Amino acid sequence: MLLAIDKVRKVFGDHVILDDLSLDVAEHEVVALIGASGSGKSTLLRCVNLLTEVDDGTIHLDGEEITDPRADPDLVRRRIGLVFQSYNLFPHMTVLENIMLAPVRVHRRSSEQARAQAMQWLDRVGLAEKAGAYPDRLSGGQQQRAAIVRALVNSPRLLLLDEVTSALDPELVGEVLTMIRELKSDGMTMVLATHEMGFAKQVADRVAFLDGGRVLEQGPPEQVLGDPVEPRTRRFLARIIEAGRL
Amino acid sequence: MSHTPSTRQQERIAYRRGRAVRSVLLAAASTAAVGTALTVGITGAPGWERVKESFFDPETAVEYLPEILAGLWLNVKLLVVCAILAMALGLLIAVLRTLRGPVAFPVRALATTYTYSFRGLPLIIVIYLFAFGIPGLRLQGTPDVLWLGAAAIIVTYGAYLAEVFRAGIESVHPSQIAAARSLGLSYRQAMRHVVLPQAVRRVAPPLLNDTVALQKDVGLISLAGPIDAIRAAQIGVAQSADFTPYVVAGVLFVLLALPLIAVTDWVTLRAARRQNAGS
Repeated sequence: MLLAIDKVRKVFGDHVILDDLSLDVAEHEVVALIGASGSGKSTLLRCVNLLTEVDDGTIHLDGEEITDPRADPDLVRRRIGLVFQSYNLFPHMTVLENIMLAPVRVHRRSSEQARAQAMQWLDRVGLAEKAGAYPDRLSGGQQQRAAIVRALVNSPRLLLLDEVTSALDPELVGEVLTMIRELKSDGMTMVLATHEMGFAKQVADRVAFLDGGRVLEQGPPEQVLGDPVEPRTRRFLARIIEAGRL
Repeated sequence: MSHTPSTRQQERIAYRRGRAVRSVLLAAASTAAVGTALTVGITGAPGWERVKESFFDPETAVEYLPEILAGLWLNVKLLVVCAILAMALGLLIAVLRTLRGPVAFPVRALATTYTYSFRGLPLIIVIYLFAFGIPGLRLQGTPDVLWLGAAAIIVTYGAYLAEVFRAGIESVHPSQIAAARSLGLSYRQAMRHVVLPQAVRRVAPPLLNDTVALQKDVGLISLAGPIDAIRAAQIGVAQSADFTPYVVAGVLFVLLALPLIAVTDWVTLRAARRQNAGS
């Protein structure tokens, strides 16, 4: 297993967000996390990236326990990419500078090398002519694609995507989803929290439904989204269909 | 491409032009009225002749101008040195106050105590304490009074600027730090490359405003003895038994502040525009 989450618990005050949650992700696998707002999808991703400390349980990455307090979080994060709902590009840097920051400062690559690699990626996702632009000059979809590139240039073992299309205007969602689909064909291992059930169905190898701080049900997308076993999953999907999102 | 405005539009243009001419005329008339009232009010006052002699005597002004200007050069040098060092100190203190962890506790506590006490302490008292207290210790290599006075200004303003910088640091959204850390940057790297550049840009207007305040407060160094513009004016007043040198020094300080104030207003305006454009 590339990622092994075992009985992870997270509590904020007396609110249990993650309740002994377990989830395994194999190499090259794409797992979609679905569930209502507040079901713990984002918290789980933040725990994996060590931005949030777990209150119990363990997380292993490539067989190494990353929740061990002796593990260096900076070293762990170098192997995990995280993309946020609100892009979080650095507004005072150009797109190119945003992308080059970690390769140069963290991975100690030469700036020529980092620039060449960044431009190669930007070219591939059709943002080459935006390299010198500041983020506020880009559309939401372009910002999000730049943010994904920023995570990818560090060659992460695992890419975490936290509702990456939720802040986008509907007509901009497609370009970001296309990019994720391409990453899947590259063999990138991904865990994505999403509200796009149609997309989860297309791109995910496995869908996990989070409810009450646990993975209530998981399996192939056709089964979980098409013929769920659990009544709560059915109810959740019924609400989604009602809202016209499936 | 050539578009002939419709008669309606031509009417509108003519009307607006008429209004503009009227506004200019009204402004001129109103300014003249206020100016006349002020002049008559002041020059018509019973004591005006005496005041004119003892505050606005051209001969005394010309006589002491060279000395006051020489003193002002010291103020300018002090301003540059104090502004740079106070900003450096303020930034350092602000960063120290954000440090976390038990090892940093004494550093944090010291930095907090410093900003609390020096923001409350009047600058005059700090200058007296530094300029007369420190030499009293009779330590080897005690610097000149000028440097001690400058140090007093730096530590006092450093405390104010630290708070300005801290406000800037806190205004950077935590998601920016999360994004930086998620890329593998250490806390220090995230501060240096992501948080501080944004923080400093945001607080540029209040920072410059404090620099304007600093430019006149460097004059307080005259209390410690060095001959700056204020001290030179004071000597002039004592010698000529006329207050004109003070007025000369005051005018020079205003002239010195004008460019700085103009830059501050420009930066503030630009920041406000950017804020509005960003939303």
